[in-house]
Amino acid sequence: MIEAGAATPLLEVNSLCKHFPTGKGLFSRNAPVVKAVEDVSFHVGAGEIVGLVGESGSGKTTIGRSVLRLVEPTSGSVRFDGREITTLNESELRGLRKEMQIVFQDPFASLNPRMTVEQILTQALRIHEPKRKDLREVVVSLLERVGLSSAHLARYPHEFSGGQRQRIGIARAVSLRPRFLVADEPVSALDVSVQAQVVNLLQDLQREMQLSMLFIAHDLSVVEYISDRVIVLYLGRIMEVARGRDLYVNPRHPYTEALLSAVPVPDPTVKRNLVLLEGDIPSPLNPPSGCVFRTRCPAATELCAHEVPPLVEIAPAHFKACHHR
Amino acid sequence: MTTMTSSSSTASALPVRRSAARRMWRSLYRAKWPLLALAILTVLILAAAFGPLLAPHDPNRQDIIARLKPPFSSAHRGHVYFVLGTDGLGRDVLARLLYGARISLIVGLVSVFVGGVIGTMLGTLAGYFGGWIDDTLMRIADIQLAFPFILLAIIFMLVLGPGMMNLILVLGIGQWVTYARIARGQTMLQREKEYIEAARALGQKTPGILFSGILPNILSPLVIIGSFNIASVILSEAALSFLGLGVPTTTPTWGGMLAESRDQLLAGRWWLAVFPGVAIMLTVLSFNLLGDWFRDFLDPRLANEN
Repeated sequence: MIEAGAATPLLEVNSLCKHFPTGKGLFSRNAPVVKAVEDVSFHVGAGEIVGLVGESGSGKTTIGRSVLRLVEPTSGSVRFDGREITTLNESELRGLRKEMQIVFQDPFASLNPRMTVEQILTQALRIHEPKRKDLREVVVSLLERVGLSSAHLARYPHEFSGGQRQRIGIARAVSLRPRFLVADEPVSALDVSVQAQVVNLLQDLQREMQLSMLFIAHDLSVVEYISDRVIVLYLGRIMEVARGRDLYVNPRHPYTEALLSAVPVPDPTVKRNLVLLEGDIPSPLNPPSGCVFRTRCPAATELCAHEVPPLVEIAPAHFKACHHR
Repeated sequence: MTTMTSSSSTASALPVRRSAARRMWRSLYRAKWPLLALAILTVLILAAAFGPLLAPHDPNRQDIIARLKPPFSSAHRGHVYFVLGTDGLGRDVLARLLYGARISLIVGLVSVFVGGVIGTMLGTLAGYFGGWIDDTLMRIADIQLAFPFILLAIIFMLVLGPGMMNLILVLGIGQWVTYARIARGQTMLQREKEYIEAARALGQKTPGILFSGILPNILSPLVIIGSFNIASVILSEAALSFLGLGVPTTTPTWGGMLAESRDQLLAGRWWLAVFPGVAIMLTVLSFNLLGDWFRDFLDPRLANEN
């Protein structure tokens, strides 16, 4: 993608594809593949928060995992700080772990139930800085930074609420002082009342530590609140990229329009033009030809069935992949 | 539930986890039943250790005149007294029980340990890596399961030769499949959890993930199965020894005593079966109670109200 004015981006993803083979056995060569991510390119600048939104099954999580090589990309390039990481071996990758971390969606599954908070938070430091003596102090300051206290050190994850667990997960992710964080739907599993606290915590940490962040979510209002730029995904492909405000005020892709009109507005008197999508997201096993969105698109034409629309810049830092409008 | 510093010498005011031994003791003390089990086991282990010193007679001294004496009876005009009676060859049951404790406990415990460790290791590897490792190990397990255990044991013992070490090895290998299958299934469940992915994201190497990530989370069912298996191993030892493939028949073992008692039971010589039977039962019961407690102790959700 074309550079949008920022300095050299910290993370650069080019033509990333991830295909999952389905089934295995004798005829695995011909087994159908799920195209979870198809030709995705984007970048995250230093200190920037990029939101990644899309329905479930749109490949958001796979992109987040591929960037960290928690799943191996099928093809494409991921460069971190100018360094290609898709070809790193195990030990080189381990060095990179200090720089790139992840916060998980499910705070109940992402903490080992048999480890105390102290063990969880020192895990990374014990791996990367085994000689370090001040682990206790580091952990206490981490806990205090995320709004917990040293009284929680000896406790186990089950003794905490979802929000508290997510704070522990965040503390774990920043314990190595990374430069880049993937936040994989960090608030989707939380009560609305604690969502804001966790989002604010992430935002504060981002400012303090100059973090770059890929913020994955399906909740558009959360993404708008936190992100500098937003990427809209559909069926593994990028539909539209824009600065947060631009995207919300002036969506250019029919899919984005539909998504935005589905966001509830807390004012019953507001009359809106609802763009309703019909049907379900098609199976990534057998995606539509041409533009993947055409089967549900109100503006679809013959052209859309034949040609994949390229992602083009239609306004400064505003990209869309659509033949029309 | 607040963890208060108990007697920590460090000056920090931070809460400190009690030492493992101390937490274990407190947990045992509260649970009561496992404490009883521990007491019984202590007695049994002491009997195994000091049996030869405590035994009133030589366990192999045959005494035809005093054969099949019921408990609390004497022979030779009151000169020799048998607390638990004698068997068909006039051997003292109490002495045999005390001597037998050693072999039965060692064989039971060690072979369960051997089988448990091998099975857990292989099962965890199969479950974690999948692919050809999983296929190979599980096919070997299937093949082994297709053979009757006794047949397999006979083959092994013929190849290895008799003796206690080989007996332990054979009994251990006979069990590994049980543990391997459970460990494999549990590992496959845990492997997909996000905390494993988190450990990978933190840069933890595979051995670390297996040991500190997966193992503690799959241990509970294995501990329970192991505690149950101690009983069946003690009995298998008897079967093999009966066939002449274990320890020599002259060496007293609980299982062996039980095997010899069959013919006498119908004739009303109950003491020959009851005493070794009670010894095995107490051992198994104690291990089950302790195993149960240990599982709960391992689970932070259940145990650590301290």
